[in-house]
Amino acid sequence: MEKNISFKLRYWRQNGPKDKGHFDEREMKDIPGDTSFLEMLDILNEQLVEEGKEPFVFDHDCREGICGMCSLYINGTPHGKTERGATTCQLYMRKFNDGDTITVEPWRSAGFPVIKDCMVDRTAFDKIMQAGGYVTLRAGQPQDANAILIPKQNADEAMDCASCIGCGACVAACKNGSAMLFVSSKVSQLALLPQGRPEAARRAKAMIAKMDELGFGNCTNTRACEAVCPKNESIANIARLNREFIKAKLND
Amino acid sequence: MWLCDSSIGRKVVMSVTGIALVLFLTFHASMNVVALFSAEGYNMICEFLGANWYAVVATLGLAALVVIHIIYAFWLTIQNRQARGNNRYDVTAKPEKVEWASQNMLVLGIIVVLGLALHLYNFWYNMMFAELLGQPYLGGLHAADGYGYIVQTFSQPLFTVLYVIWLAALWFHLTHGFWSAMQTLGWSGKIWFNRWKVIGNIYSTIVILMFLVVALYFSCCGGC
Repeated sequence: MEKNISFKLRYWRQNGPKDKGHFDEREMKDIPGDTSFLEMLDILNEQLVEEGKEPFVFDHDCREGICGMCSLYINGTPHGKTERGATTCQLYMRKFNDGDTITVEPWRSAGFPVIKDCMVDRTAFDKIMQAGGYVTLRAGQPQDANAILIPKQNADEAMDCASCIGCGACVAACKNGSAMLFVSSKVSQLALLPQGRPEAARRAKAMIAKMDELGFGNCTNTRACEAVCPKNESIANIARLNREFIKAKLND
Repeated sequence: MWLCDSSIGRKVVMSVTGIALVLFLTFHASMNVVALFSAEGYNMICEFLGANWYAVVATLGLAALVVIHIIYAFWLTIQNRQARGNNRYDVTAKPEKVEWASQNMLVLGIIVVLGLALHLYNFWYNMMFAELLGQPYLGGLHAADGYGYIVQTFSQPLFTVLYVIWLAALWFHLTHGFWSAMQTLGWSGKIWFNRWKVIGNIYSTIVILMFLVVALYFSCCGGC
């Protein structure tokens, strides 16, 4: 049986993108170690509602680490310090100690304005995807699975890139507010496959142009993104994106 | 022009100018080592690199590289600060993987530029610039007596200390800059990332040691 812990929770309150924001504090008592971080916040909200106070707003959806909605900066690390790559929803209270102070902040980046408290607007990522993160398919009869042969290694690597859930932890961790790990994973998942090649040059150019337009920063290769990515995306993807982009520009 | 108006383009400019400057450092370090063996040999190189048209053209090219590298550095940094936004995190935990140099390239670069200014004042001003002015004895010694200027400069311990600080900053700057340039140019991946890192560390260490040995040798025994 896990022990219950008590700790001080500091959580960020902000009424909107223009509001200055501040921390609220609360002593959380007897929280079971098997509680997930989001469940602990549910407990907080139940207490707040019972006291007639406004609940704390945070993003969450699937709560099983695959949707990319949860986005909390916990004790200085996006998604908190989980043992393996995992998102906030898979962080458990047993990772903390009795008497700890736990600080919860939103992703802080000009590209992700705060909607309320720790909920941030990540539609910028959708806009980057709309700019080129797709393949144009001619609808018709489905092809035979073996019509286009793909080496296993490429298929695996493309799948690893595709596992990026677009949570934005990379942007949150980056001192430059750069979205390069996200964009490079999304470019790579298609660039590695033959179906993605015909539009590879246009895709790299369009997605980078959109990323720049939306005000994300320039990558300076600090590797902070890679260190916090819940899906273990590698900066090798960024090198691939650079290669794709430079090649596309030189071929113009 | 994509080298100005795209993020990757601007970084390509940083990488290419950076690599060119690394090549120059290699040449400069090799040249300095000659001073350990032969005063005449070193002064022959100084004579060769005096106010000759090719040396002046190369110097201007080098100055252009430095200026472009610095302008882009500030440009990128200003954009990055804007992208970061005005709100700072209350608590930050730096991941172990993140190297100190990678997050402090601008500060290191500023130290390198300050050191460069001192260096130009100690040597270039008294040598090539003096010749261009037509006053070969501007700094007391003859403009082509590079060896004499080395002995003179490093006879003062303050300069030795400043040069060592300068070289240390340059070492940090190079260790990150080297692999970072390759990464930006797209010549990296899961395998080459580690290779470039090792090559970069060894290369930077050798180049900086070559500079350091000359500075320390002349400061310890003053060209005896």
